[in-house]
Amino acid sequence: MDILYKVFIDPFMQMGGAPDLLVQTLWEGLVAGMLYALIALGFVLIFKASGVFNFAQGIMVVFAALTLVGIYDLLRQWGVPSGWLAAYLALALSLVVMFGLAFAVERVMLRPLVNQPDIILFMATFGLTYFLIGFGEFVFGGNPKRMIAGELNLPSGAVEFKMAGGFVSMQKIDIAAVLIVSVMVGALSFFFQRTRIGRALRAVADSHKAALSVGISLNQIWVIVWFAAGVVALTTGIMWGARSEVSFSLQIIALKALPVLILGGFTSIPGAIVGGLIIGVGEKIGEFYWGPLLGSGIESWLAYVIALLFLLYRPQGLFGEKIIERI
Amino acid sequence: MLYREAGQFKTSYVADQAIFPIRQDRIGLAVILIAAFVGVPLFGSDFFISAVMVPLLVFSLAAIGLNILTGYTGLLSLGTGGFMGVGAFACYKLTTVFPDVNIIIWVLVSGFFSCGIGILFGLPSLRIKGFYLAVATLSAQFFLDWAFVRIPWLVNNNTSGAIEVPTRTLLGIPVTGPTAQPEVRYLVILSVVTLLTVIASNLVHGRIGRSWMAVRDMDLAAELMGIRLYRTKLLAFAVSSYYCGVAGALMVFFWYGSAEPAVFGIDQSFFILFMVIIGGLGSLVGSFFGAALIYGMPIILKGVVAMVGLQITPATVEHLTFMTVGALIILFLIIEPAGLARLWQIGKQKLRVWPFPY
Repeated sequence: MDILYKVFIDPFMQMGGAPDLLVQTLWEGLVAGMLYALIALGFVLIFKASGVFNFAQGIMVVFAALTLVGIYDLLRQWGVPSGWLAAYLALALSLVVMFGLAFAVERVMLRPLVNQPDIILFMATFGLTYFLIGFGEFVFGGNPKRMIAGELNLPSGAVEFKMAGGFVSMQKIDIAAVLIVSVMVGALSFFFQRTRIGRALRAVADSHKAALSVGISLNQIWVIVWFAAGVVALTTGIMWGARSEVSFSLQIIALKALPVLILGGFTSIPGAIVGGLIIGVGEKIGEFYWGPLLGSGIESWLAYVIALLFLLYRPQGLFGEKIIERI
Repeated sequence: MLYREAGQFKTSYVADQAIFPIRQDRIGLAVILIAAFVGVPLFGSDFFISAVMVPLLVFSLAAIGLNILTGYTGLLSLGTGGFMGVGAFACYKLTTVFPDVNIIIWVLVSGFFSCGIGILFGLPSLRIKGFYLAVATLSAQFFLDWAFVRIPWLVNNNTSGAIEVPTRTLLGIPVTGPTAQPEVRYLVILSVVTLLTVIASNLVHGRIGRSWMAVRDMDLAAELMGIRLYRTKLLAFAVSSYYCGVAGALMVFFWYGSAEPAVFGIDQSFFILFMVIIGGLGSLVGSFFGAALIYGMPIILKGVVAMVGLQITPATVEHLTFMTVGALIILFLIIEPAGLARLWQIGKQKLRVWPFPY
């Protein structure tokens, strides 16, 4: 009976007893979820348009952030005064680098491997991951770096709200992150739904062959998609970097994005967002209220179990396209 | 010229269906086995045996296990490291609770524990397919990772939280622990790996293997043909995790000597998956090739760097190794997506008709 009480009643008593803690936990879950969703978004973009399960998205985040910081340092060495000018110049140059990466990936990796089974392309992105880890460390060094958040005019500090006899504190950078993510998702949706290229992207996602037959260049589309994923990676890198620091341990969070992906479905942008929020909130709430029962640290696998339970009811994820099988 | 089946006539179906129908293949296999069982222990240096051959065999066994699941049944799994860990921890518990029973028996029994865990995490595989299943198996990996660290009972509540392998003997000779000779450990591993490879070969060439491959090629069609999907998939999970579990137990008891839970992490799972894909999905010999390539590549690269004598720091060597390994993986996939096993097949075919290819 005691264990039943601890599992089913006690956590809710705690929630009711200290609503400010509950709100704080929910907020932290929400922010973490937003950032998971950002990585998942990069996966979804590429999976939708080319059917490639891009394992390298996590390392692309690190690589993008490192590039930004590295270029900023370089610019300062060349005499550009440090501050917002150098920061935004570095941002623009990082975008160019990400475009170069997208172009190279399409040319070197995707084009020769066209029409191969999914698992081979998946494996190729592993190769890309290793390459980028080695390349990134070779060029920028393996030490953690400070993200140039202040120079990019991102706010810092915290806001506190009074609530039910306690305080809820929100980091300003988190609020900014939520805003930026919302704007970006809106922009991406607009891009996909309303523009000519967006329509071409959706056509490619539906069927490579049919898209080719109406004159859409697959290669061009792939470069665009990988570049879009690179932009998402850069944004993710800035946000995560501003919260902690830029280091290769960031790529671990990419693994956190996988349950978000299967929860939301591999092919759905809203799915990535909703999945991210469910996982982020579920993980934090679970860790905070139920974690002590199991000796804490359950954050590492709870997300996967949540996703697995959802999958048992909907094998294609919450928003994924219905899987139709034919003989 | 030497490698040709001309003049070798078969008079029975059994002979015709043999796994090695060509006499030269059988001779070649016998030579390899003799070299492995006699040549390596006699002439190999301690370093060669314990740092090259032993890891190679362990990884090959784990790769065979994953290949049964991913290559033969088409179920992508990222939980290999976790299943290996279950085998290792089970073996440790068994041998500390019952120290009088021979360690090799416990190594083989410990596989059944990981087999049970494998079946448990294989249960969703009927509904979930493809990459969704891969991510679902990641939950096994992370859950087991967590369990190895958080449940001190698994390591008998010792303070280090790591498996410390006790000394166990076979016919009076120590086979595990710090006093065991590399040759002895190597021979034990080689025997287990050989035995399990023969069993795996018989499994995949028989009725069970065919039903696995039917499920891989198209599970709906296989179901319509009367293959019971659930049983077949779960059997694949069971056999695969058994092999991984035994590989994990061998790895800790006969190679590492002591192991922290971290060695069964997600990296290990990916590592084994690389071996399977680079070696060739659905090929036993490919598992050995893949293990040799993926395990050997960094060693060889480091050797090359040392030989060239470049004046660079170890950190740079590490980075360059990462870059080269990544580039080589992509290169191998572009050259031959079906893996090294296919290259081997093509090579043999070329050899059969050499020097007149038409």
